[in-house]
Amino acid sequence: MGEMDQMKKEAEGLKSQIEAARKAAADTTLADAASGVAPAPRVQLKTRKTLKGHLAKIYAMHWATDCRLMVSASQDGKLIIWDAFSGNKINAVPLKSSWVMTCAYAPSGNLVASGGLDNMCTVYNLKTPVVKTVKELDAHTGYLSCARFLSDTEILTASGDTTCALWDIETGKQKTVFLNHVGDCMCLALSPDMNMFISGACDSLAKLWDIRDGTCKQTFQGHTSDINAISFFPSGNAVVTGSDDCTCKMYDLRSDQEVISYQDAQLNSGVTSLALSVSGRLIFAGYDDFNCNIWDSLKGEKVGVLSGHDNRVSCTGVPQDGMCVCTGSWDSFLKIWN
Amino acid sequence: MSSKLQSSNNIAQARRTVQQLKLEANIERIKVSKASADLMNYCGEHAKYDPLLMGIPASENPFKDKKPCTIL
Repeated sequence: MGEMDQMKKEAEGLKSQIEAARKAAADTTLADAASGVAPAPRVQLKTRKTLKGHLAKIYAMHWATDCRLMVSASQDGKLIIWDAFSGNKINAVPLKSSWVMTCAYAPSGNLVASGGLDNMCTVYNLKTPVVKTVKELDAHTGYLSCARFLSDTEILTASGDTTCALWDIETGKQKTVFLNHVGDCMCLALSPDMNMFISGACDSLAKLWDIRDGTCKQTFQGHTSDINAISFFPSGNAVVTGSDDCTCKMYDLRSDQEVISYQDAQLNSGVTSLALSVSGRLIFAGYDDFNCNIWDSLKGEKVGVLSGHDNRVSCTGVPQDGMCVCTGSWDSFLKIWN
Repeated sequence: MSSKLQSSNNIAQARRTVQQLKLEANIERIKVSKASADLMNYCGEHAKYDPLLMGIPASENPFKDKKPCTIL
């Protein structure tokens, strides 16, 4: 038998082994285990603010750690920093490339980043008298779909070139490249302890990575199309994904498998974005059908909906203190709900 | 690319795939019942600190527009 055939056989054997080990651990489903839990209350949130200012589709938003400021990115070629309490614009950062797909706020509040079809991640300093470009991180060979700061000196990126990367912002170089996906990487999320991150890609897989040693630790399957959104459950033991297959799923890291799927026969729009409430009980998922559906994470039931946008909900975010949820849309508006 | 180079690339790729699968096969897995219990416990313990679940009184809602007061 040639080496290639041998490798193929070995790979198939290992896949069966993993399948069997997962099955052996699957003594119940999360929904069954949670059947005795009281249902989450019907969640009816009101729009408290509508943030108007962008002139084109909004593609991304990210809360600052102060839970008051947030950054949004639009294909009008601007990043806007908002004071969500007042609805006022604090800053408007013009972008070199208007084809932006992601934005991020550094935990310190000093920096923001953006990127998109320019294949670069640009980092800006908000604290200089005029907002200045700190670095253009240029090494990806595909679009930048997501970026998240670890600190003022390190940032993680996900790219359409199928890789994720950890960058040293000061040198502008990639410290680590995370290689394993076979489709465009669309999203990433940092673990609460900042030692790991999870990525979702067009290969319909979610992968868990060790930030420091650069290795892929676990791969989660189940989705049948691109994974566009991903987030950690607040305990750090599970991840939630949203996909073009119109479902969201929760995967438990320690049992290494899908434990529940959030879907509805009437829902046939892809999931674009998602965010969890601070207890992890509620999942806010933005869809192509202009709505944001609210799911009970334990029981898998829909408990509410945020309707009000006139186009696709492209981004969703809950600040660290859990006091509201923000939705951003192709209708050019952001809404704050609670 | 010569077909010899291509096939040695394919073998290298196949080796990496097997290597990665070995890594992923060898992890410890806990039962879903235990994983579920921990998820449920986390939600239960943190529910009271979840404003979107519990509701926010108007006076404590920083996003709610303050209505102007009229002096009668």
